[in-house]
Amino acid sequence: MKNLISSLDKRTVYVTRVIVGTVVKKLRNALADLLPIILVIAFFQLVVLRQPLPQFGEVLFGGLLVVIGLTLFVQGLEMGLFPLGEAMAQALARKGSLWWLLVFSFSLGFSTTVAEPALIAVSREAAEIAISGNLIDPASLRSYAWGLRLSVALSVGLAIVIGVLRILKGWPIHYLIISGYVMVMLMTVVAPEEIVGIAYDAGGVTTSTVTVPLVAALGVGLASSIRGRNPLLDGFGLIAFASLLPMIFVMAYGIIIFY
Amino acid sequence: MAFLIEFSHILLATCRDAMPIFLLILCFQVFVLRQPIPHLRRVVVGIVYVVIGLALFLAGLDKALFPLGKIMANQLSAPAFIAGPGASLEGVSWTAYGWIYLFAALVGFATTIAEPSLIAVAFKANEVSAGTISQWGLRITVAVGVAVGIALGAFRIVTGTPLYIYILVGYVVVVIQTFFAPKSIIALAYDSGGVTTSTVTVPIVAALGLGLSEAVPGRNPALDGFGLIAFASLFPIIAVMGYAQYMHWLELRAKKISKEVLNAI
Repeated sequence: MKNLISSLDKRTVYVTRVIVGTVVKKLRNALADLLPIILVIAFFQLVVLRQPLPQFGEVLFGGLLVVIGLTLFVQGLEMGLFPLGEAMAQALARKGSLWWLLVFSFSLGFSTTVAEPALIAVSREAAEIAISGNLIDPASLRSYAWGLRLSVALSVGLAIVIGVLRILKGWPIHYLIISGYVMVMLMTVVAPEEIVGIAYDAGGVTTSTVTVPLVAALGVGLASSIRGRNPLLDGFGLIAFASLLPMIFVMAYGIIIFY
Repeated sequence: MAFLIEFSHILLATCRDAMPIFLLILCFQVFVLRQPIPHLRRVVVGIVYVVIGLALFLAGLDKALFPLGKIMANQLSAPAFIAGPGASLEGVSWTAYGWIYLFAALVGFATTIAEPSLIAVAFKANEVSAGTISQWGLRITVAVGVAVGIALGAFRIVTGTPLYIYILVGYVVVVIQTFFAPKSIIALAYDSGGVTTSTVTVPIVAALGLGLSEAVPGRNPALDGFGLIAFASLFPIIAVMGYAQYMHWLELRAKKISKEVLNAI
């Protein structure tokens, strides 16, 4: 009996030590990710602005939350989001129905974007700018902002569809992206000036932190389950389409509304 | 206590943002694929980690980083700091904004390193390339691209030059690079433009853009405040392709030298 307890004790001690060791290692990794921010803020506060940190305790507590949050997030990526995205890609490829694959791709892009808080904020701001520039009637603020949101969400859905088709067909990515750039350049010339800045920024805000890992895993999973595709060459690029197409759609929306 | 309420709000908001994706996947699993997900328990636990982790991350940023970053962006762009107490910014040349450019570059670099989306893509790229693309190598290259981009974007706001010229020139550079860069990096380089600007970078960079365009005389925050994010999405593409080209060139040169050495022997 005594032996059993002591061996159990040894085991628990060992297991706890391993767990604590892994946790500490992961926390240290997250700390390394955040070290540059800490250094930059410290440098500017202490050397350039020469002011004490406001609410030091608050900032320290917030920093601690950020480290723990990032650790959990990265752990969850490896356990949940990546396997989920890859499993979906493989199951859809095995099913062999192009239609369902494209429906899934469109809904993934559309549904994650239409509710994106950053996009809601940007489209409201854009509507206010358009009103202050006397481009639209103040009464149509809501419908204008909603139209912007809808066009960005549609464009992201379409972008994922194009990106998935590209992986299936093996089209070279650079021709697609370059023709997209040419479109952006041409539309910049004709689009009203008030919408150009927002359109350019819209490309950046669409891809949220939950969407990116899923979309990346989807692309890589598809490219590795289709024969003749290289995951590195063909698996990436979905996010690139999702940041390019919104620019074109937002400028098109501006052209249609303002002329 | 106040914090707990605040945190539960953020947690709810994160759940709400993630909800459409998981509902979509659930619907597809149940109605279309009709197949169990492998290691379902592990995946569910992972998703819970992601949501809670993201909520903690955002709550922490709200408490620590965002207020601080906004205060600093405002302090650095305050006329009293740039031109000296009591002086006006009217007629001050663009060189007087030195600290702003440095702050823009360093903040761009530092926030990009902490960007969770970029961590995810770097992880995947490392896995898919069987280790030839290192996670930190990619992240640092992208961060350098963002740093250059944001600094140039701040310069643009100060000088008031039109945004589209920079973006168009950037596009031309990307197109030219595309034809010379190693094929295997191109898709990843294009992707790295989109992932740099999310949770951490956007709020601070937007505050910098708005603060700066309010402070500099003759700028309109509504028109000039935007556009920094566009810079931050364009320059990483150039940086990643440039770095790959440089490594490729080094490799070719090493091969050439070793050949010459062999020939000489």
